[in-house]
Amino acid sequence: MPPRAGAAGDDNSIAVDLTGSLGRFRLAMSFTVPLSGVTAIFGPSGSGKTSLLRAIAGLHRMEGLVRIGAEVWQDAGTFLPVHRRRIGYVFQEPSLFPHLSVRQNLLYGASRSGRATDAAAARLFDECADFLKLGPLLDRMPSHLSGGERQRVSLGRALLSLPRLLLMDEPLSSLDRTAKGEILPYLETLHATLAIPILYVSHDMAEVERLADRIVLIESGMVLASAPLNEALTDPRLPLARQPGFASVLTAIISGCHMEDGLVELDLGGQPLLVAGSIGDPAGSLRRVRIAAGDVSLSTGKPENSTILNSLAVRIDAVEPLGETEALCFLSLRERADLRLVARITRRSARRLDLKPGMGVFAQVKTVSLASGAEPQQGGLQPTADRLASGARNGG
Amino acid sequence: MLQSGEIIAPIILTLELAATTTLLLLLLGTPLAWWLARSRARWKEVVGTIVALPLVLPPTVLGFYLLIALGPSGLGGLFGPLFGLRTFAFTFEGLVVGSMVYSMPFVIQPIRNAFEAMGDRPLEVAATLRASPFDRFLTVALPLARPGFVSGAVLGFAHTVGEFGVVLMIGGNIQGETKVLSVAIYDYVETLQWREAHLLAGGMLVFAFLIIFATTMVERRSRRWRVS
Repeated sequence: MPPRAGAAGDDNSIAVDLTGSLGRFRLAMSFTVPLSGVTAIFGPSGSGKTSLLRAIAGLHRMEGLVRIGAEVWQDAGTFLPVHRRRIGYVFQEPSLFPHLSVRQNLLYGASRSGRATDAAAARLFDECADFLKLGPLLDRMPSHLSGGERQRVSLGRALLSLPRLLLMDEPLSSLDRTAKGEILPYLETLHATLAIPILYVSHDMAEVERLADRIVLIESGMVLASAPLNEALTDPRLPLARQPGFASVLTAIISGCHMEDGLVELDLGGQPLLVAGSIGDPAGSLRRVRIAAGDVSLSTGKPENSTILNSLAVRIDAVEPLGETEALCFLSLRERADLRLVARITRRSARRLDLKPGMGVFAQVKTVSLASGAEPQQGGLQPTADRLASGARNGG
Repeated sequence: MLQSGEIIAPIILTLELAATTTLLLLLLGTPLAWWLARSRARWKEVVGTIVALPLVLPPTVLGFYLLIALGPSGLGGLFGPLFGLRTFAFTFEGLVVGSMVYSMPFVIQPIRNAFEAMGDRPLEVAATLRASPFDRFLTVALPLARPGFVSGAVLGFAHTVGEFGVVLMIGGNIQGETKVLSVAIYDYVETLQWREAHLLAGGMLVFAFLIIFATTMVERRSRRWRVS
């Protein structure tokens, strides 16, 4: 779509700059993120994440700017009402219409989004129902569905309304463990195959590790940071790495496989990394790896004769004390300063090895796990994704 | 021996009155109930109280003011000529107006409650799915409030059927024009026609029972929806 005359800014970003109030406390949130991928809006409960998402949707009135690509949804002189903003909103609770069947719920938004032809709409419906495995549920009423099934329907309903932007407000938090595990793979597939940008509100780091490409970090109604996932996680100025159980997340490329050991070899910024699982996946595909800070130990010389498989040549960027006895070491790969990880070590060791910023060391990684099945690439929903994306671009 | 017409006429008149009143109240009361349920205006409860007043006021008080309002020096004198009348008092039209005031809370309150009970969420969801405000009202609010409409209609109808005091004050006792069931029963008792009185009174008893029973059943059925 050519930029509309008078539209400000570039066409490939989402720009949000909003001010308002939530009860007694002030919200002033501003960020710009690319018009693709999953952006996690992350922060503690009550920090204003949901208000931000509702304001972007137009459900909650805040002053300021909301621009999606070339479409201005809100600025000084404009305020598009909710139904004129092409969003897909997945609420915390599934919120299906109780008086409509699953099929009618799915079609509610679809029939109001002005699709080109009936045939194309029907094909899209079938693909979406197929992808979310809703076929057997189509004629049931929402009261006869499980929690996970309901959230799947609400996801499908949002997708079928051909959104230009998907807004998800902690879509997993109302679900129990089993249902969560049931929905997450769908979200991962969406992330991998869908061209529609997603703003994903969460306070659960595990979801962020698996889904997010970027983080907008919110605290007390302010944006603390907006950065790519790896960069935000490993930023010494941000509180993320100080959380218990913290892990760095990096993206690596499958480069080979050791069938006899059940290990797959990844290329992480030019250095090899051996990880269990994903045997048989094609070389060249991207994998997200998770390295817990507590599983990383440092040594000044290249470790030999160790049972630990993976050792990465890294440089120390910063050393920060953590509590009474520990310290966090912020590291970047020797040849790739943009790939970073964090090690949690004792202060005693830091003193003994005289660890200082700028030093080259080796990071021994005890456990590396694959954070998710797949990173963006060709996938099962691709045809749908293309159509959804082109619908989002051309429809109106 | 009485003519059967004499006993049927008040029944038909009553049903006509109740049906007209209920229909008009549903039409005019729905927007008001919606406003009462959704508005954030502080003074909306003043309006809400006025709507509820007929619940507490003695029918004679209501009837007295209605008589003045509908009479030649009130609305009756103003709008009566449009209908070729000098006054609305002692006419069927007047009875409809009186019944609407009298039965108003019974229709509006259940509808308002139903609109309130559904909360904001279903309407917000509909908005995010591109439904305009009127579309949301028609396709989400009305169907979800259906139990409220059913109880409102049933209660409004039943309450109008049972109205006595207001009718006597503003309608009088004109056969075929304003003589409704409850007034007819009163007449029969006064003139010691016990058989006719029994017939009508017994009929009312059964009617009242069926109405309340049916409403309860409808409400029970609709509650099953609410789970999600």
